[in-house]
Amino acid sequence: MQVSKEEILHIANLARLNLEENEIDQYIDNLQNILNFANIVNNAPIEGLDITIGTNEAKNVFRKDEIEVFEDNKALLQNAPSQEQNMFKIPKVIQ
Amino acid sequence: MARSDYEAVIGLEVHAELSTKTKIFCSCPTEFGALPNTHTCPICMAMPGTLPVLNEKVVEYAVKAGLATNCEISRNSKNDRKNYYYPDLPKSYQISQYDKPLCENGEVEIETKNGKKTIRIERIHIEEDAGKLNHDDFGGGSLVDLNRAGVPLIETVSKPDMRSAEEAEAYLRKLKSIFEYIEVSDCKMQEGSLRADVNVSVHKPGEPLGTRTEMKNMNSFRSIVRAIEYEIDRQIDLIEDGGTVTQETLRWDDVSGKTFPMRDKEDAQDYRYFPDPDLVAIKLSEEYIENIKQGLPELPESRKQRYLEEYNLSEKDAKLITSSKYLSDLFEGAIKVCNNPKAVNNWIISDISRILNETEMEPIEIPFDSKQLGKLVVLIDKGTISSSIGKKVLTELFENPRDPEDIIKEKGWIQISDEGAIKEVVTKILEANPQSIADYKAGKDKALGFLVGQAMKETKGKANPQMLNKMFLEELNK
Amino acid sequence: MDITELTVHELQEKLANKELTITDITKAYVDRINDKEKDVQAFVTTLTDEAMKQAEEIQAKVENGEISGKFAGIPIGIKDNMCTKGVKTTCSSKMLENFVAPYDATVVEKLNEENIINLGKLNMDEFAMGGSTEYSYFKKTKNPWDLRRVPGGSSGGSAAAVAANMVPWALGSDTGGSIRQPSSFCGVVGLKPTYGLVSRYGLVAFASSLDQIGPITKDVRDSAMLLNLIAGHDRRDTTSSEIEKKDYTKALKNDVKGLKIGVPKEFFGEGINEEVKKKLEEAIEKYKELGAEVEEFSLNVAEYALAAYYIIGCAEASSNLGRFDGIRYGYRTPEFKDLKEIYKKSRSEGFGAEVKRRIILGTYVLSSGYYDAYYKKAQQVRTLVMNEFNKGFEKYDVILTPTSPTVAFNIGSKSDNPLEMYLADICTVSVNIAGLPGISIPCGVDSQGMPIGMQLIGNKFQEETILNAAYTLEQAIKFRENYKPQFKGGAN
Repeated sequence: MQVSKEEILHIANLARLNLEENEIDQYIDNLQNILNFANIVNNAPIEGLDITIGTNEAKNVFRKDEIEVFEDNKALLQNAPSQEQNMFKIPKVIQ
Repeated sequence: MARSDYEAVIGLEVHAELSTKTKIFCSCPTEFGALPNTHTCPICMAMPGTLPVLNEKVVEYAVKAGLATNCEISRNSKNDRKNYYYPDLPKSYQISQYDKPLCENGEVEIETKNGKKTIRIERIHIEEDAGKLNHDDFGGGSLVDLNRAGVPLIETVSKPDMRSAEEAEAYLRKLKSIFEYIEVSDCKMQEGSLRADVNVSVHKPGEPLGTRTEMKNMNSFRSIVRAIEYEIDRQIDLIEDGGTVTQETLRWDDVSGKTFPMRDKEDAQDYRYFPDPDLVAIKLSEEYIENIKQGLPELPESRKQRYLEEYNLSEKDAKLITSSKYLSDLFEGAIKVCNNPKAVNNWIISDISRILNETEMEPIEIPFDSKQLGKLVVLIDKGTISSSIGKKVLTELFENPRDPEDIIKEKGWIQISDEGAIKEVVTKILEANPQSIADYKAGKDKALGFLVGQAMKETKGKANPQMLNKMFLEELNK
Repeated sequence: MDITELTVHELQEKLANKELTITDITKAYVDRINDKEKDVQAFVTTLTDEAMKQAEEIQAKVENGEISGKFAGIPIGIKDNMCTKGVKTTCSSKMLENFVAPYDATVVEKLNEENIINLGKLNMDEFAMGGSTEYSYFKKTKNPWDLRRVPGGSSGGSAAAVAANMVPWALGSDTGGSIRQPSSFCGVVGLKPTYGLVSRYGLVAFASSLDQIGPITKDVRDSAMLLNLIAGHDRRDTTSSEIEKKDYTKALKNDVKGLKIGVPKEFFGEGINEEVKKKLEEAIEKYKELGAEVEEFSLNVAEYALAAYYIIGCAEASSNLGRFDGIRYGYRTPEFKDLKEIYKKSRSEGFGAEVKRRIILGTYVLSSGYYDAYYKKAQQVRTLVMNEFNKGFEKYDVILTPTSPTVAFNIGSKSDNPLEMYLADICTVSVNIAGLPGISIPCGVDSQGMPIGMQLIGNKFQEETILNAAYTLEQAIKFRENYKPQFKGGAN
């Protein structure tokens, strides 16, 4: 599959990444190369095989509905680039 | 072309916060109203390296909801990630369910003006709630509070089976009452624990369905009804004027009573759902499902039937009382105390309902308990207070709930039933109103009423009205 | 005696018979770090002062009987993608340059319970994406055998630090070979446990269904000992398995008689360096001499697995790295006009090129229209790879392959060609795709004196089998006794 400039910009936007004009060709090229390689999966003898999500076959690993309070509340906000009133501050968002 | 030539097609996606003690994937409390970010931990704040662990009650509650709405329960289910960026979504993906929801293909019955109608339910799945954005009054920014992030939700998706705002409202009320009955959600709309996304389209019957619009996050019956009505009209007007409806997400503005397109439209959504590799499969056994089925409480329909038969309530009253689990529980609890279903019924359908309406209060917010209501009825039945004092006690119960006996003692509202005391009042009133005596003797029966009224006024409503009546008659007929 | 030459089990003996004290040991490592770090550049954060202080405290507590335990006072190095409360966890990324986790990873908790001393956080490819540690935002770690070469990656700092005797052992993480390949490049022992044996809680996720934490050590016995410490179910990681606790050192029998070893011919084909092949063949001969039954067989999965690995790994990474949005922690761009700019500029400036390449690939394969063609197919390939390995394990106890097609390459020689770098993972990724345990041990050096690694793959939760097989060869060829890193090409 051929990756277009429009497509890579759409993908970058979905991933919230900016691509500089002078990087775009490079990223297209990289993506195209790896996709060409990854296309092998379309030739694999996989007809009729189920998908595997993870190799762990466990099921129903649940937690009891019991409260545990995380004590070090301060540490949860210590890395915030900007905070106010114990909340994370961001530019105004109109919903 | 007339408006009546169009038919509206409405579907609802209802989000109900589950009333578990802890969040869906971490052990933080779900309680509403805590200080910002105090109900958080590294997991619900999406700190790097943290992992989710599913709360077993969430699965149980969702299965309960599915069984109560006649869904098929999936034996084989899983969690998926829905990827999008928003500041209230700390992981930048929401753990939800995509192609294997816990419950599918259900239905509920609603009552419409044309009789009973079945609304089909496509699916019920579990997912996590997002946090909240608050506005910063001073700095001109927004502030992110993640207390709500990770609170468990079930999303119930209906088929587009509703044809009017009234049907949509009836369906939502029905779901709300079911969820309340089975105690999976407190459904407090004003706290956002029950919210609906509404899909609306219009078409002419027999023609293909129209393009639909979606209104997100509505949390009051009133706005849902208004918004649907507005949107139906808007779409018909648009088509009638030769325009076309665009598929878009709208925001209902309660103040202006209009819908507006949501911002950020330039981003075509692509949620890139995929199975969450941090969580293992959910596989439910027949035994597990059967156990939950056995433990389901009585649903509104069957309670209503019981009220008709056991208590002889009218169809209308029984329906009103069972429309809410809280009213219904209030009713049953009060009866246990006073053994007077008729009286409790009357209190609920008249005075209590009126106060709820006037104050826009939900039944769950009724501050007093069923014992207190039962006591109130007992006090009236015993003649300790009159029913007019009873109304005052009820108002007091709404304002500052406590034992009705304490209220009447405190307020000095105990009915005067002492013969000597009544006699004293009667004598006093008669002395002050010779004209009324004359009127009575001249055959004007109305004068008796006036005298009794005066006596009640004198005693601030506390005199036993039957005794007053009797004693006035005795005196006047002497 | 050079203390830093000793393995951990040797250190334990000398502590037990009072030849050494805890402070002697930590002091020796601190000196070694101070001496070698300028050449090797293995650490993102060194904790030498803290470690000395801790060593004295532990020494005192041991002396007055407050604590005991065989591991009290043993130092360690930790890859910088495992969360350490109060100490920066950067993932070698500008994005997390100043990030201090509010909690300890489960493995770190387990080390703390044993009173093991953290000497510092070790360099890696940014977010564990890479095979040379050249993609670290902070520094390029050098290979102690030849400082002009890469140490491998992504756990390059861990492998280099162990090889250079700057830590006695270290923790690494392995998503597609990130423990085994650098161990191979640096001539040390690296074990990737079965998926689910070690808790991932606190490991900054690259690809959740592939990531595993494991030991990087000087010898196989140390590897078994460190695995003893970190293995086990964790209620905070639902993908961690509930299997019984084992003492892996008990598996080290120095005996492979009757062991069935399968050698997949596809792993010795085109692209595998001749000298690598030759050393592996020697190792195979050695196994035969030791009484193992070695047989060639066909396991045609490597290329499919590699393609599936990049699709699945990048898809999961694109989602896992979404949380780095400049709001709650991590890098936030200094200038922005609205929320969207915070997202886009913070992520574009905070992530390096390789991370962005993988996020873009991962976003692409999950996006509508491509999911079925790539992601779903890759998940089916995963089933295929597991099935093929299962067939192999019906006949063999262990599968033997090279760890890497080549020895350590020169710094800068591959970093401009992402695809070529990806292809270098061909021998290791199948193991992650199938969730199996794999160990890399050195089996010789090439003509340039660079170490060559051999990989032994076991069936699920059969760590004991591969540890014993590795141990037996190690005892026979005595790699550590014969070869030592020379720090070639350095300024001094």
